[in-house]
Amino acid sequence: MTVEILVNLLGLGAISGIIWWFWVAPKRPHAEAVAVEEKLRIHVRGGVYEPDRVRIKAGESATLHFIREDPTPCAEWVLFPDLEVSAQLAVNEETTVRLPASEVGEYSFHCQMQMYRGTLVVE
Amino acid sequence: MAESSNRAAHPTEKAIQVFRLQGANCASCVNKIERAAKEVSGVEVATVNLADRTLSIRGDAEAAAVTAAVEAAGYGAEIVRASARELRERQRAEEQRHYHQLLWRAALALGLGVPLMGWGMITGEVGVNTTFQQVAWGLVGGLTLVVLVFCGGHFFSGAWRAFRHHGATMDTLVALGTGTAWLFSMLVVGVPQLLPESARHVYFEASAMIIGLINLGQAMEVRARGRTSAAVEKLLELQDVTARVMRDGEEVDVPLEEVQVGNQLRVRPGEKIPVDGRILDGSSTVDESMLTGEPLPVKKNKGDRLNAGTLNKNGSLLFEAEKVGAETRLAQIIELVKNAQSSRVPIARLADTISSIFVPTVMVLAIVAALFWFNWGPEPRAAHTLVVLTSVLIIACPCALGLATPMSVMVGVGKGAEYGVLVRNGKALQQASELTTLVVDKTGTLTEGAPKLTDIETDSDADELLMLLASLESKSEHPLAEAIVDAARDKKLALYDAENFEAVTAHGVRGRVHGKRVLLGNRKLMKRENIALEKWQACAEALSAKGRTAMYAAVDGELAGVIAVADPIRKDAKEAITRLKKLGLSIEMLTGDNQATAAAVARELGIARVHADLLPEDKEKIVGELQQKGTHVGMVGDGINDAPALARADVGFAIGAGTDVAIETADITLMRSSLHGVADAIELSKSTLRNIKQNLFGAFIYNILGIPIAAGALYPLTGILLSPVIAGAAMAFSSVTVVSNANRLRWFKPASVASDRKEAK
Repeated sequence: MTVEILVNLLGLGAISGIIWWFWVAPKRPHAEAVAVEEKLRIHVRGGVYEPDRVRIKAGESATLHFIREDPTPCAEWVLFPDLEVSAQLAVNEETTVRLPASEVGEYSFHCQMQMYRGTLVVE
Repeated sequence: MAESSNRAAHPTEKAIQVFRLQGANCASCVNKIERAAKEVSGVEVATVNLADRTLSIRGDAEAAAVTAAVEAAGYGAEIVRASARELRERQRAEEQRHYHQLLWRAALALGLGVPLMGWGMITGEVGVNTTFQQVAWGLVGGLTLVVLVFCGGHFFSGAWRAFRHHGATMDTLVALGTGTAWLFSMLVVGVPQLLPESARHVYFEASAMIIGLINLGQAMEVRARGRTSAAVEKLLELQDVTARVMRDGEEVDVPLEEVQVGNQLRVRPGEKIPVDGRILDGSSTVDESMLTGEPLPVKKNKGDRLNAGTLNKNGSLLFEAEKVGAETRLAQIIELVKNAQSSRVPIARLADTISSIFVPTVMVLAIVAALFWFNWGPEPRAAHTLVVLTSVLIIACPCALGLATPMSVMVGVGKGAEYGVLVRNGKALQQASELTTLVVDKTGTLTEGAPKLTDIETDSDADELLMLLASLESKSEHPLAEAIVDAARDKKLALYDAENFEAVTAHGVRGRVHGKRVLLGNRKLMKRENIALEKWQACAEALSAKGRTAMYAAVDGELAGVIAVADPIRKDAKEAITRLKKLGLSIEMLTGDNQATAAAVARELGIARVHADLLPEDKEKIVGELQQKGTHVGMVGDGINDAPALARADVGFAIGAGTDVAIETADITLMRSSLHGVADAIELSKSTLRNIKQNLFGAFIYNILGIPIAAGALYPLTGILLSPVIAGAAMAFSSVTVVSNANRLRWFKPASVASDRKEAK
């Protein structure tokens, strides 16, 4: 009997953990976003962009540098749907992506399948 | 910060040179190399990137000087000249390597999984009851762990990395599914007494098989995906590697990257044209089908434009480079196509929303289903719980959902480029498939756009009369005059010099040619000169009714005949209109011309609704009015005069030669000056959207059916649960199916092409 309660509690705990970690926690505003500087490289590897929150200035065009270390086809494209920008990323090469000047806000960027996700913070 | 973002904003304005470094592998080298490079004159910014061992230089420094400076600092440097094509080839190789890697991983994992599964099926002995079995299965468990790490390690590391970023991907599902099965099996091996006897099963074969199958599925996906970008590949192949530049009167072969604006280049028959330019000398026919989809080669003479990537057929040409590198039409087309290929389609919004929450949802569902079996399921409950948990995690496939639209758009947009149809983005593609009304500008779209002499009616010698009139009109600047002079030139008639030339406003022209008094103009002119019209009046009126501009000609005070000028209807316009009607579009014509001319053209083409006497701004208004009635309006124009209307329409089609302006403003640009392109574009968009819907439907149905089945929905009927191995196979091949279905679009052929082929046979 105790085993059954334990397993059920474990299951329910896992469910709430999943909901919290994947849905609630990411919604909280993180203070940290990495500013784009000359040397900032966004690495694409193992399902994520690193860093995945990138800050640029509003009203100025910017250039991002992506380095794709992941040869899986999912990582091949990066899309900024709101800015109508997309780029095909070369494996183990640096690919520059030009972003037009845009208004203040948060824009998501992701791969074609939305598995790799990142946020562009324009401020 | 301000300065750095400023600098980051302009890196492409000055030439960037990239060098591959040797011997640079520590942080301190970075400073040393950067300092050395900055001392070279002309270098403005030098940046070392340690990750890919490169040095980027901005400024106009000599490459050799930079190499020398870096070498003096104790490192090696070599300039990287990566053309788009070279880069592509490297990526191809990379892809190939990845493909083989995936195949190897699949083979290894299946090499363990298949015998294990066979053993289980034949002997049925997968239980752990004795110490011997514990040891034996413990060894198998160790082997499985090796397989998990070597063949599936990337799933685990990916899942972990994503997890830290609050993200969950397909890797998460695979890692959780196979990891759970392995952990449970090890628990059985380690402490079998914890579990009831009926549940003491091991599931090592499931872990190994799933890893193997998913690797295999990914390998097949890589293959199939490679084919989706075949169209861009084809365009890239049009770019030549070298060009023949004239230097000091000699022809020198140089790499394409070194050709500069203003260089004089030579192309021989059968060669590709390397850059955009204008012919200085020579004439030839040029095959432009790869850019425009226009099957017939085009005659090119001195002063005509040449486009990079087109094929010089039979003459030797000397031309001047006007646009090179990324500026050429070909490069711009490639860029446009690539951008459009990766853009999103509104129809996929639901799929996008779902795929962003898909993985965590599936995880929750898997736990709920597992708990259900644990609490209320039949014995052996522990085994059932594990099977259900693993199967649900494994069968759910976010990939199929996420790939459904991008793959079809990729193939569809690429296919369009092959037929000279450039689609700006996925939205335009979708909207083109939903159009109900097509508004077509007359001049230049339905007609040639330049008036031509259509009729010459006389009792005497027609050539003689044409010669007199053309001689007279050669002094005039009226657009109609040009048509008459051109007609005479085409017939190779020698023209005389006209004397006493006079243009009578709103009437016509008069003068003396070869000693004869010649008059050409409308009825009013003849009346003024007291010339009787009766003989030709009926003829002139008949011509006017056909939409042509008829003029009376008089020689030495006698009416000599009637000539008519009109903007001729394009040869293929009627057929294209019929095609468009068959596609379910109602066609409306817009023109600045008068009602009579417009109505005549419309009658000939079978267009029911005509808006004539329009000012340019009226066109936009009409498009707006139609939209208010709830119709989806497409507008076809030349992209320059019609820009506002094109922008207002749901889909703007810019037709004709694909001027740079048009490429920028239109939703869909047609490289070929034919209305057939519009029909091709609409057919293509309909096919692509159909393909997307099939893919989305398939992906949704797969997940909607697959997850409940894996959760055990069929158990009451069949009495067995879905094996995690089968779930793994289903998931691996669902995404391959989606990509393969998208690849079917590669066989798309517009109706015009299909019928051309039939005629050819």
